[in-house]
Amino acid sequence: MTDLIENTRADSPMLQKRYRAERRFRAYGIVAILIAIAFLGVMLISIFGLGYTAFQQTEVKLDIYFDPDVIDPSGERDPTTLSTANYQSLARNALRSHFPEVTGRREKRELHGLLSRGASNELREMVQEDPAIIGSTQTLWLPASDDLDLLIKGQIDTALPETQRQISDQQIAWGLALQADGLVERNFNHRFLTNGDSREPELAGIWGAMVGSFLALFVCFILSFPIGVMAAIYLEEFAPTNRLTDLIEVNINNLAAVPSIVFGLLGLAIFLNFMDLPRSAPLVGGMVLALMTLPTIIIAARAALKAVPPSIREAALGVGASPMQTVFHHVLPLGLPGMLTGAIIGMAQALGETAPLLMIGMVAFIVDIPQGIFDPATALPVQIFIWADSPERAFLAKTAAGIMVLLGFLIIMNLSAVLLRRRFTRRW
Amino acid sequence: MVQKKLTLMALAGIALASTTVGAAQARDQIRIVGSSTVFPFSTTVAEEFGRSTQFKTPVVESTGSGGGLKLFCSGVGESHPDITNASRRIKKSEVELCAKNGVAEIVEVKVGYDGIVIANSRKSDQLELSLRDVFLALAKDVPNGNGKLIANPYTTWKDVNPSLPDSKIEVLGPPPTSGTRDAFVELAMEGGCKTFDWIKAMKKTDKKAYKKLCHTIREDGAFIEAGENDNLIVQKLDANPQALGIFGFSFLDQNADMVQGSKINGAAPEFEKIANGSYAISRPLYFYVKAAHVGKVPGIKEYMAEFTSEKAWGPEGYLTDKGLIPMPEEERAKFRKGTETLANLSM
Repeated sequence: MTDLIENTRADSPMLQKRYRAERRFRAYGIVAILIAIAFLGVMLISIFGLGYTAFQQTEVKLDIYFDPDVIDPSGERDPTTLSTANYQSLARNALRSHFPEVTGRREKRELHGLLSRGASNELREMVQEDPAIIGSTQTLWLPASDDLDLLIKGQIDTALPETQRQISDQQIAWGLALQADGLVERNFNHRFLTNGDSREPELAGIWGAMVGSFLALFVCFILSFPIGVMAAIYLEEFAPTNRLTDLIEVNINNLAAVPSIVFGLLGLAIFLNFMDLPRSAPLVGGMVLALMTLPTIIIAARAALKAVPPSIREAALGVGASPMQTVFHHVLPLGLPGMLTGAIIGMAQALGETAPLLMIGMVAFIVDIPQGIFDPATALPVQIFIWADSPERAFLAKTAAGIMVLLGFLIIMNLSAVLLRRRFTRRW
Repeated sequence: MVQKKLTLMALAGIALASTTVGAAQARDQIRIVGSSTVFPFSTTVAEEFGRSTQFKTPVVESTGSGGGLKLFCSGVGESHPDITNASRRIKKSEVELCAKNGVAEIVEVKVGYDGIVIANSRKSDQLELSLRDVFLALAKDVPNGNGKLIANPYTTWKDVNPSLPDSKIEVLGPPPTSGTRDAFVELAMEGGCKTFDWIKAMKKTDKKAYKKLCHTIREDGAFIEAGENDNLIVQKLDANPQALGIFGFSFLDQNADMVQGSKINGAAPEFEKIANGSYAISRPLYFYVKAAHVGKVPGIKEYMAEFTSEKAWGPEGYLTDKGLIPMPEEERAKFRKGTETLANLSM
């Protein structure tokens, strides 16, 4: 009896021990969270630290003379002539005019190496848009090569011996001379957000991959959401409970855990080999992703339907509604926010997938921006993978910037799922 | 309302799925598959081709040499690729597979060479290896000096060759699925293996045992399979100055501030030395074109012309900037001619 009283006193050893255990447990929890935050912080810092430079691009200011003799000697303005003319030489001539002392073949080659090979592309587009500029002189900011870009961004150690870097001493001297004259500047890299992929890091853009991802997700949503919701409604509201429906339920849960590469193989066998759909098309990508997302959507939709209280159904049936009217007029509208949330989370998952796309040829080098669901396209994570595998040093920053874009989309999607849930969920 | 919308959506989805069946339209874009080593060169040409002609930019997939040839040989028609890249020559079995599926005429184009380097971090000293050192350090079984084989006992480079530093043997290299690995085994391992006269003699008497001995890499942890990503190997070398890594020349070229290539048989992996053949570990790169598709899919001939033009694969061409080692002039002329006449592959 006295023991019991002893033990309940605040300073009793046993109670103290329990308090200590409690405090320790809380500390463990805090440590676990701190470790997780630290990992996330390291990841974000390393990605952002590397990636932000890709949003800037070094450009060279040049006075380009659109020489009619080079572009269109016949003067007929034939579109083929205009598109195949040697525009690079226009930019190179303009660059050489700043360094008249450069005459040797090797030296010229080095000097030309400061300018991106994509400069010709921009000049060609200008001429195609407005052939009237032929014969005039325009002051333009043209992209510098990746080597000069890295130099201006301070990512090349100029103290190293010449053989250990991509840019020569002479090129550094020229680059710095141009910079001193105010002809080299770091500007916002709009090319990164509007171009497709390229072998030249300074021209490579994420837009092609973004369009590809969007088209594939669009197809994926159009297919998986209606089918998933229908399946969930039937299973939850109409299906009898028996062996068969149990089996179906187990299989749906299993499918949600199947590795995504398996769906890719299935897509290859059925959509490509059997149905003869085009390779690398977002249509097929979307169909494969739909297979993958379907179980997630069905499970989420069933959970949303389960959360609608039975009293709603009973009330509807009680005033004479048919079972179908009950579901479509009352249960479904109430469950829809939950279903959409599930669908968005499923889509976010699909956005980050590369493995199934590998099998159906979406892991590819594609320059042209896809115009529809039949055009060859790639996807955001695939683009990141391809850049990470490229030898050029400048792709390192592109890789990180690509990850930033992907993370941005994932955050937007997940945030909208949370907001949707907050906004429309009703409590009973 | 909701009901109607849902039904509509479902119907739209089903309609979309069904109308697309068999609707693969006529292809107006070249499709290229194949080796990840040729991928950087092939894509550079594709981009240039798309930019300077009226044709669409070809789609290039990196599937590996073997995977590419399998797709390439699967048949003739729009759903099969037009061109495949390979970092090794097509095998007889693959030619047979092609023939079986109706791909009878194949144009072979050799594009140049690629050096395989054994590199380490700049933080340690450059190594001077012979092919025999490489073989002894990495083979599963090695000769013990009196004509017998023993399981590889060497743990440091000094054990292998007293003139080498006293550091642990730790080599990061590509997995067996990679063409780089095949080439490394064939050129470096076998090259070192046959410096033993009795093993060389074995090639004639017991080819199987010879191959097994020369081509098997040790599995006791000294050779680490580091995956297909060469950038990753470069970063690991930077973090671990003791380790060596095996990868393609273009990655050495781009990361010369971090890693250095070891000299092999006295020759450093430099552009000129790989080109003139004094650097021992270099291999030819190829692409193969389906002759039946030329004229059906627009632009194939023009793509070949772009690839084989001097401004692309010549000694001063843009592919050398990407790390391609060009062929001698006569060889370039020979293969350029082959693309013009669509000369059929002869094994």
